[in-house]
Amino acid sequence: MLRKLLIGTALATSFAFSAHAADVKEVQMLHWWTSGGEAAALNVLKGDLAKEGYAWKDVPVAGGGGDAAMTALKAMVAAGNYPTASQMLGYTVLDYAAAGVMGDLTETAKKEGWDKSVPAALQKFSVYEGKWVAAPVNVHSVNWLWINKAVMDKIGGTEPKTFDDFIALLDKAKAAGVIPLALGGQNWQEATMFDSVVLSTGGPEFYKKAFNDLDDASLKSDTMKKSFDNLAKLVTYVDPNFSGRDWNLATAMVIKGDALVQVMGDWAKGEFHAAKKTPGTDFLCYRFPGTDGSVIYNSDMFGMFNVPDDRKAAQVALATATLSKSFQSAFNVVKGSVPARTDVPDTDFDACGKKGIADLKKANDGGTLFGSLAQGYGAPPAVANAYKDVVSKFVHGQIKTSDEAVTELVKAIDDAK
Amino acid sequence: MSTVATSQIKLTPERSRPSVRSRLQDALPKIVLAPSFAITIVFVYGFILWTIYLSFTNSKTFPSYVITGSRAYQRLWGWTFDTDPPSSWYTSITNMGIFGFLYILICLALGLFLAILLDQKIRGEGVLRPIYLYPMALSFIVTGVAWKWFLDPGLGLEQTLHQWGWTSFHFDWIKNKDFVIYTVVIAGVWQASGFIMAMFLAGLRGIDGEIMKAAQIDGATTFQLYRRIVIPLLRPIFLSAFIVLAHLAIKSYDLVVALTSGGPGGSAWLPSNFMYEYTFKRNEMAVGSASAVIMLMTIVAIIVPYLYSELREKPR
Repeated sequence: MLRKLLIGTALATSFAFSAHAADVKEVQMLHWWTSGGEAAALNVLKGDLAKEGYAWKDVPVAGGGGDAAMTALKAMVAAGNYPTASQMLGYTVLDYAAAGVMGDLTETAKKEGWDKSVPAALQKFSVYEGKWVAAPVNVHSVNWLWINKAVMDKIGGTEPKTFDDFIALLDKAKAAGVIPLALGGQNWQEATMFDSVVLSTGGPEFYKKAFNDLDDASLKSDTMKKSFDNLAKLVTYVDPNFSGRDWNLATAMVIKGDALVQVMGDWAKGEFHAAKKTPGTDFLCYRFPGTDGSVIYNSDMFGMFNVPDDRKAAQVALATATLSKSFQSAFNVVKGSVPARTDVPDTDFDACGKKGIADLKKANDGGTLFGSLAQGYGAPPAVANAYKDVVSKFVHGQIKTSDEAVTELVKAIDDAK
Repeated sequence: MSTVATSQIKLTPERSRPSVRSRLQDALPKIVLAPSFAITIVFVYGFILWTIYLSFTNSKTFPSYVITGSRAYQRLWGWTFDTDPPSSWYTSITNMGIFGFLYILICLALGLFLAILLDQKIRGEGVLRPIYLYPMALSFIVTGVAWKWFLDPGLGLEQTLHQWGWTSFHFDWIKNKDFVIYTVVIAGVWQASGFIMAMFLAGLRGIDGEIMKAAQIDGATTFQLYRRIVIPLLRPIFLSAFIVLAHLAIKSYDLVVALTSGGPGGSAWLPSNFMYEYTFKRNEMAVGSASAVIMLMTIVAIIVPYLYSELREKPR
């Protein structure tokens, strides 16, 4: 009985294989870009692939942060049913690569020259043990200020160059009766802001040591204490109702002019665009004071799985299209981020986008392009979330002093390592 | 009908047919139940065992099957005593205590009170009853979102009262790390108390009117009547209501997420939130599994005495 069953299965699979001997002209794509702007951005890729004759099989799993999508991916991979590619973030790619389920795109990478055009900091996540396992789609950067220009003019403010300038500017806004700082009190938003505060307080070297290398001495240092003190200062400029607010509502406060400034990644620009605002006339984008020249990034990647041979051609086509200059430009103009390769012309981008591209290039050349710890590009998820816990508890008062915060940070990170 | 069938069978000369048929009839309930039984064995008890197994491994992103000891439990145990600043696990279990206790107590008290009021043979009971019962038809997500808006100081109750002129009114519990768990209690009670009321109402209707009349003739006041007679007679309802509420409380996850998205600094977490966070977001599957096992133990500690008392009372 069992033997018959086995023979039957073997026959069935061999039939299946012979039927699929020709290449499958289809890419199966798992992602969580389901909201309007994001879906539109992804359609560009769909169109590019259709031109080459590849059908697009969408596997969307909604839910902003991608938690649901990652759970779905886990199930698919556990069942041996790999998608051609999946949207993935930082350490997830490396986790899956370590589990041995990722494909190998090194040949394509060589042919297309990805080694040279993709920033080295990004290759840390797209290359595993010398093999290309993912195609980066974009680079977001988090050390930005988004300012309402009308409010800025009203209070007579100028671009803050140092942290003290920034505090002075916030004071002006407070005196004028506007909410100085729009913040959503969710742990990832607080931690994203703290990334910038640490870079501004300690400088690029310090940020790298503390948040990318997780160096104990730096995490314990007085500079880190000072960073927490600076964060505490910023939090005094937040309205009392901030806790639990979603990031896009905080952005809306700046758009409407209820608040002066938000510290947020460049996805906030999408909200300004959706409200039909133009950079320079309606809103301003500056680097977080004291972080000019450095970029704290996170990046969306398409992880490429180890699919059967008859699907590899489609996968290569997908990866090539993803990193093509035309797609990188078209996609990132819509998404608000900047291209994941440094040789894409910036002609189609707005002023903020152009600045973002230039900054990325400068940071890549100068070695000041760092992964965001809050966004999961500085350390594995266990550490990143332990960090978010500590920052959030500090902001909301469970942790009362910066001394205590530093002790807790070191303890939490050690525990999670 | 069945006697006719059997007598017909007995008339037939062949002996083998009835035995097949009766065997089939005997087996039928087992055959019908088998799929659901098998599914329960695998997907409930099988996975419980699997979770227990995983909690003793060092599983991170993916399950690993090498037993490495009880480090996950040791970490949880360590976190249990991390009170200042509170660790996430400490927050979760103390919240479970506060939420579970208040939720069950208030639901029972309010449910009983409403049931007694509705039982006064009032007009329009048919309209009132579904109004109280209706919240139970909503999902926790809907309840959570509605209450989130209602309790938001910049959006709901506080804002409205300010606009009406009561500017000194202040109610920001949902934004306050020390009080946010009580807003979860409020929303939870709002949802479940109507259902508990219906249970009590059914119990009240089942009480024999003669006993009440006898007590009234003996000169019992209304208060005495309820305290000495009605409430003691409702004991089985209290027990079932308690079981329903206890398991609702322990599995509450969506309410916390929808209402508070975790609360300021994670101060509204319950153990279920902890479990999901650690297993799926932080890639610490072993710790997540260990916390799930501890939740299971809590439920077992409640259910087993209940089952024991139920099963013991039956033979009497």
